[in-house]
Amino acid sequence: MFNLHYQLERKTIGFLLAIIGVASIGGAVEIIPLFTIHQTVEDAPNMRVYTPLEIAGRNIYIREGCYACHSQMIRTLRDEVERYGPYSLAVESKYDHPMLWGSKRTGPDLARMGNKYSDEWHVRHLNNPRDVVPESVMPHYSWLGRTELRSDDLGAHLAALRKVGVPYTDDMIANARWDAYGQAAPDTPYAEGVTKRYGEATNVRAFDGKPGELTELDALVAYLQILGKLTDAAHKPVAAAGG
Amino acid sequence: MIAQLTKNERQIALIILLVLSVCGLAMAAAGSGDPLGIHGAIVLLAGILGAFGVISGYYDPEPGDDRLDRYFDDPSRMGIILAMVWVVAALFVGDWIAWQLAYPDLTFDAAWSSFGRLRPVHTSGVIFGFGGNALIATSFYVLQRTSRARLPDQLSPWFVLLGYNLFCVIAATGYLMGVTQSKEYAEPEWYADIWLVIVWVTYFIIYLRTLVRRKEPHIYVSNWYYMAFILVVAILHIVNNLAVPVSLGHAKSYSAFSGVQDAMTQWWYGHNAVAFFLTAGFLGMMYYYLPVRAGRPIFSYRLSIISFWGITFMYMWAGSHHLHYTALPQWVQTLGMTFSIMLLVPSWASAGNALLTLNGAWHKVRDDATLRFMMVAAVFYGIVTFEGSFMAIRSVNSLSHYTDWTVGHVHVGALGWVAMITFGAIYASVPWLWKRERMYSGRLVEVHFWLALAGTVIYVFAMWNSGIIQGLMWRTYNESGTLAYSFVETVVAMHPYYIARAIGGLLFLIGALVGSYNIWMTIRTADQPADQRLADRPVPALAGVTAPQPAG
Repeated sequence: MFNLHYQLERKTIGFLLAIIGVASIGGAVEIIPLFTIHQTVEDAPNMRVYTPLEIAGRNIYIREGCYACHSQMIRTLRDEVERYGPYSLAVESKYDHPMLWGSKRTGPDLARMGNKYSDEWHVRHLNNPRDVVPESVMPHYSWLGRTELRSDDLGAHLAALRKVGVPYTDDMIANARWDAYGQAAPDTPYAEGVTKRYGEATNVRAFDGKPGELTELDALVAYLQILGKLTDAAHKPVAAAGG
Repeated sequence: MIAQLTKNERQIALIILLVLSVCGLAMAAAGSGDPLGIHGAIVLLAGILGAFGVISGYYDPEPGDDRLDRYFDDPSRMGIILAMVWVVAALFVGDWIAWQLAYPDLTFDAAWSSFGRLRPVHTSGVIFGFGGNALIATSFYVLQRTSRARLPDQLSPWFVLLGYNLFCVIAATGYLMGVTQSKEYAEPEWYADIWLVIVWVTYFIIYLRTLVRRKEPHIYVSNWYYMAFILVVAILHIVNNLAVPVSLGHAKSYSAFSGVQDAMTQWWYGHNAVAFFLTAGFLGMMYYYLPVRAGRPIFSYRLSIISFWGITFMYMWAGSHHLHYTALPQWVQTLGMTFSIMLLVPSWASAGNALLTLNGAWHKVRDDATLRFMMVAAVFYGIVTFEGSFMAIRSVNSLSHYTDWTVGHVHVGALGWVAMITFGAIYASVPWLWKRERMYSGRLVEVHFWLALAGTVIYVFAMWNSGIIQGLMWRTYNESGTLAYSFVETVVAMHPYYIARAIGGLLFLIGALVGSYNIWMTIRTADQPADQRLADRPVPALAGVTAPQPAG
């Protein structure tokens, strides 16, 4: 064996090919089957997609690096289920490009944050976390409520997501900008389109408490309030695995 | 710098810089109103400054053919300086956000200064800014010496070094503006990723062109590691960063993968960024600088073969240990755990090979802080690989995951192994590269060593404590069978450890500042009259002269 190597290490190209071959095996065996084995992701026929406002909020969550301190993955451990709720299923992040499972809990897990607290709690908490949790070490995000949300390009965002596999319809893409506005303005004609396209259960509220303007705070709170609510598959007694 | 380039190379450099400027202009125009526009302006500025630099030296006399009798070390010199600049900046940011976790109002009311945006500046600054520059600089140095061949030309190494630093600047400024893919250690967006591919392929081609011209029959073990580092990082980078941009005028893109497949791909990348960037590359460094500095041959050739192929094969399976008890199928978790434990064998083979190489030179370890940096790095490498295998065991991971124990583990590797071996290699290289007899001050190297060691020990003990305490508090039940602690109670319990960690980090930062001063003063001191290392030159590549090739 060492004699063989003695020959191999004299050949530049041979050595390079050997590295590529040896290094490719592990990833291939572990990753490729995840795309082909159907049981990997459970079936959840009633699962809905994120609304444009929730996508915008998700992008703010990513932009601010929230994932660095908050996970969105409840493990199959008793204390985690009792603290946060039912353990996370693969299907729940099926439309998450990219996933935000996280790797560190400097703050608590957020996988089941949706509708756990009121919108007002989130607004006050994001404005200054120590107003509602005195011991918190989270930074404050008080400028979000003063920053207008960029919504003119939300159709392009949805179209890009459709390219990577999220089932947005032409209707959703064409109306993305108005749906974002309508979801945070319940008493306007735009609000109806949101429930029509994304379902009756969609949260349509003035998330930041100011119905007239669409701010980044609206988007982020809308996103936090949908976490864990896209499907109820995790709450069923035995999650139906895909056949 | 320009004087080293031939006329032809100066022309090609101008063309490259022109194309770069046009790309910058196009990005600035297409991305107006988007962070992409600001990055376009930065690229345009880099292109114009570079072109100005080339033009100002354009009519300098060309280098003579006698340049081929010397190794080409200018990019290595610049790479070491850049590595020191990045390490000071990135350690400063790291320590700042460490203090933020103890005193959250240290953000000074700005959006860009919050933990979430600064954290990738720290991690990318240290891994890519410091580590990457140190790897490029030392790999060029080691490649030439161990192949006894000069780099193939003068332009492409500069392209790799400066292009790579442009990537790092785009990455870091992007995080401050909130441009991130959110994939840990792969945060830069699509346009930066494409640029890095171009730079990286050039880097690989330089390696290949030099190796095929080598005058040594065998490829030295350092180059196995450097090659694995370059090749595998390219594979990981391309696959994990597959994404669809919102438009050509948007910085934002959406990952091609989602959910569980994305998680597996990301941690396949994430763990092997550790394996092939932070381990293989620096093992390449160790296999050259440690034996040279100690004046001893590598203890075992066979051990280095076993450890090299063991690391190259097994690491690629280990990423799924980041996803224990998650929605990832259990068979993948189990494979990741199994290979992580097996990895201890090649890892300790490397660490043991390094330490046994020092047999017969331990008196030098006592007297020479530079060699002691490398020795301590090998010890920490042994510690961190043991700890990694241990934490990959599913039941251990149930406690350690999501806690500061992981952060502590990473810093055993980053501070104790990566930074220590790099400082050792830099202190060895600086006198060689600048033709000085020795560093400006041996005592300051000693001071740096003890600051770095004390900082590392304080840091990791603080994080081990806080991580284990928090993990235990999360799972503690009271007598009535309910959870004993609310989440925020566990946050409060972390406070003293966060202060201790920040102090440890501060010591490490001060050490790096001492090192930077020492290196700067070494460069500034006058030239030594004669280069003592007469043999430090390539085998002449002139026609009719061939290097001796042993038969068989």
